[in-house]
Amino acid sequence: MMYGELGASRTKRTVTGMARLLKALRLDGMLLSGLAGVSLFGLFVLYSAAGDNTALWFSQLARVGIGFTLMIVLAHVPDHFLRMLSPAAWAVGIVLLAIVAVAGDIGKGAQRWLDLGVIRFQPSEILKLAVPMMCAWYLHQRPLPPSLRDIAVVLLIVAVPVGLIAEQPDLGTALLVAAAGIIVLVLAGLSWRYVLGGAVVFGAAVPVIWHFMHDYQRQRVMTLLDPESDALGSGYHIIQSQIAIGSGGVFGKGWMNGSQAQLEFLPERSTDFIFAVIGEELGLLGLTALLAAYLFIVGRGIYMSLQCRDAFSRLLAGSIALTFFVYAFVNAGMVMGLLPVVGVPLPLVSYGGTSFVTLMAGFGILMSLHSSRKLVG
Amino acid sequence: MRRVRIKDEALEQRIYFQRSLLAVGIVTAIALLLAGRAAWLQVAQHQHYLELSQGNRARIEPLPPNRGVIYDRAGRVIAENTPAYQLEILREQAGDLEETLSRLVRFGLLEASDVGRVRQLVLARRSFEAVPFLLQLDDEEVARFAVHRHELPGVLLETRMARHYPYGSVGAHALGYVGTISEDDMQRVDRERYFGTGVIGKTGVERAYEDELLGVGGHREVLVNAEGRPVKLAEGTDPQLRTREPLAGKDLRMTIDIELQRIAEEAFAGRRGGVVAIDPASGDVLVFASLPSFDPNGFARGISRSDYLALTENPDQPLFNRVLRGTYPPGSTIKPLMALAGLEYEVIRPEDQVYCPGTYSLPGSRHRYREPRRGGTHGPVDMHRAVMKSCDVYFYRLANTLGIQRIHDSMARMGFGQPTGIDIAGERGGIMPSPAWKKTAFATREQQVWFPGETVIVGIGQGYWTATLLQLANATALLSTRGRHFRPRLVRALVDPETKQVEEKPAVALPPLELNQPANWEIIVDAMVAVTTGGTAARAARGAAYSIAGKTGTAQVFSVGQTEKYDEKEVSERLRDHALFVAFAPADSPKLAVAVLVENGGFGASAAAPIARAIFDAYLSPASPP
Repeated sequence: MMYGELGASRTKRTVTGMARLLKALRLDGMLLSGLAGVSLFGLFVLYSAAGDNTALWFSQLARVGIGFTLMIVLAHVPDHFLRMLSPAAWAVGIVLLAIVAVAGDIGKGAQRWLDLGVIRFQPSEILKLAVPMMCAWYLHQRPLPPSLRDIAVVLLIVAVPVGLIAEQPDLGTALLVAAAGIIVLVLAGLSWRYVLGGAVVFGAAVPVIWHFMHDYQRQRVMTLLDPESDALGSGYHIIQSQIAIGSGGVFGKGWMNGSQAQLEFLPERSTDFIFAVIGEELGLLGLTALLAAYLFIVGRGIYMSLQCRDAFSRLLAGSIALTFFVYAFVNAGMVMGLLPVVGVPLPLVSYGGTSFVTLMAGFGILMSLHSSRKLVG
Repeated sequence: MRRVRIKDEALEQRIYFQRSLLAVGIVTAIALLLAGRAAWLQVAQHQHYLELSQGNRARIEPLPPNRGVIYDRAGRVIAENTPAYQLEILREQAGDLEETLSRLVRFGLLEASDVGRVRQLVLARRSFEAVPFLLQLDDEEVARFAVHRHELPGVLLETRMARHYPYGSVGAHALGYVGTISEDDMQRVDRERYFGTGVIGKTGVERAYEDELLGVGGHREVLVNAEGRPVKLAEGTDPQLRTREPLAGKDLRMTIDIELQRIAEEAFAGRRGGVVAIDPASGDVLVFASLPSFDPNGFARGISRSDYLALTENPDQPLFNRVLRGTYPPGSTIKPLMALAGLEYEVIRPEDQVYCPGTYSLPGSRHRYREPRRGGTHGPVDMHRAVMKSCDVYFYRLANTLGIQRIHDSMARMGFGQPTGIDIAGERGGIMPSPAWKKTAFATREQQVWFPGETVIVGIGQGYWTATLLQLANATALLSTRGRHFRPRLVRALVDPETKQVEEKPAVALPPLELNQPANWEIIVDAMVAVTTGGTAARAARGAAYSIAGKTGTAQVFSVGQTEKYDEKEVSERLRDHALFVAFAPADSPKLAVAVLVENGGFGASAAAPIARAIFDAYLSPASPP
């Protein structure tokens, strides 16, 4: 039939045209659709969580725009260039962290910000990418699986920035940076004996870490164990967020209809606790849909990393994909009362900070690493 | 032979494949765990949480702790908590905050100029926190609120314990005050601790001991209906409501003697200035007065903007803590210390005679440093007479002989140029000048040069040298004990309000000042006793039942030209010299060391010394009529 044929060929042309466009932009269609899906979902939820504050929503919209632009730009940086830049990026990050430690701005009791006159930013964000880059750069030159000496070097690469960030104090970011580096090491083939040994050492070190924690950090761990003990203080967040999620049920109370969120019983509902808003308003369906989307993004990222052409690209791509999931796990775990309250945003959904932009930068790099392979292919 | 490992791409790919596969497995497992947790909360526990979120939740209401009571050294209450009515705004109930604020202004419960401040206050707290904005209402205000209550949703009238200072302005600069918590305060404190607490220590002891005074807040759960109004259920129908009792803050015992403080403040008779009296045996500060003072009850009540402006724009600066933050040239009061430095460095002997012709010139210079106002000469003077008559020429010459570095070093050991470390915040350290200091204080190389003429005027406590009253009292205490030294303090003990257990704070002994020649102490003290028996302060000390060792001083505010004469009457009051007096008594067994400054008071002996005398009389011979 004429119309049918025309329609089919039009569709076909559109699809191939899209594919050609994506290829020209060096983007991965599957990953891009996953990211765009979660971002749109995030904006949808944030519109409700932000309440009357539309300025907040528009500023997040701007961040989404910046994030996707940065992703496209980074997707065009050749992989060898990224590799070459890794040590410099790491070193610059360390220097900036040191400057913050000495001269940074103090916001909410922690010293995290660097004020450059025009913009204020947290150097720790740079390290979220620079640390796995540096680890992958180093291991790329070494025969794998890594020797004991290589492991020590990588741990040093990770420990220096993590120490500086934890000192600010910014436990959440320190944790993410550490995870990004350690993941590279494990993917490179770190012997299971060391993984086990590390776990034992960590277990033994818990009392020591406890000793060095800030009071408020200890408080948060204690609160996790017994939120009711401090219903008004640190426990307040956890109790309220669990009430929000639990009262949402399977189908949720409906968009813009969460009483916990809309009546401001739920603190930080547009930032760290937005997961609870989803749970309350969109129910178990909303939460599982989001978790599935996260899984899809991670799976696609790992699949892409398998096709990369060398160790640097593989390790970095794998770390970017898995660290993304660590974000999601830590945030969701915290909001549902499985983990202590640490300041980690829900990836691609939470309002604020530079988190969205940093994540998209990471996926831009992942796409670059992946498409570089094809050119040689 | 050492085995060299080389990169094996195939092996690395295989490892990576295995590891990433495992990672995907772990990630999937965790995602299932998260989904499982969500399902548990949303399916299994759904009913429980739904009830909590609906049906009108138990709202958590704070039970603020009682702030610690502050006593003076004799056990008199100087800061207490009294029940008072206060108005609070609960943002989540107020609806339109702007409308509420404008209504409050209309009903005369808020000044229009305070709207911005209250708005900030309210927005800085969480919406379910009741924010006090008008403390300690009088009866008329309570009545006015009662009439308009129905028009003011979210505005609550509560009975709370409010801070009250029974002695009013007496000792306010040492005690400090509490005020409503500002956004800045919120930044520096743990806000959870202030849930339900409307005030925070702003200055003085109230601020320095905030942590101890505050206590620990409690809370209770109350059932509220859909509008958030508390509802009462029949007794025992809801066993889930819980209460945690607050824990009162620690009581403080200050070192201040509030009656002595009052006598000292009254002795100023309306003039500006300050006085510190220290017990040299412990560093306890018995009198800490900065005048004019202010009524701290105004702040505790929630001072209005116009009242606050009246305080800050008052030219006499009642809010300025002259004792802690006023830095003045110490003038002649430091001459005994200069003499001691001369003896210790062995550049002069007590019996060495210096001829005073009324002026002094550096060798090779024509600039003349004059004796002030008397114009006359002291003739030949030895050390004793030089201190007694306050001969400038003697000390110009001594300073020149010692040189600035040795002067700096010995005065630094007596505590000049650095804060004394008293236990309240904001203390300034003054300047003890030296060539090294001048290098950091000035920008250009020409300005950084130290001139010999600058040493000469440091010899009489002028020039760049500035000191606080605390430093002067502290150095006088050091002199009185012949070198034993304690850090000045305002709080001597903490008391647990429940158990009444007293936690004494031991006096903080500082490293004593050891002289090469301990006999030098007595030479200096004898000269200071002579000041009050036959010297510049003889009139003020006449008839005292105990011996006083003292030294007068005047600090120049207005510099007099080379050949001009200083005429007290012609110079406007604000440019008149500051009058100073330092003293301790009794001279042989010191009980109190005092430093007094009367701003623009003229000569130290006539303006400042009688204030010290009044304090000594009240403290050492309480039987004598006031």
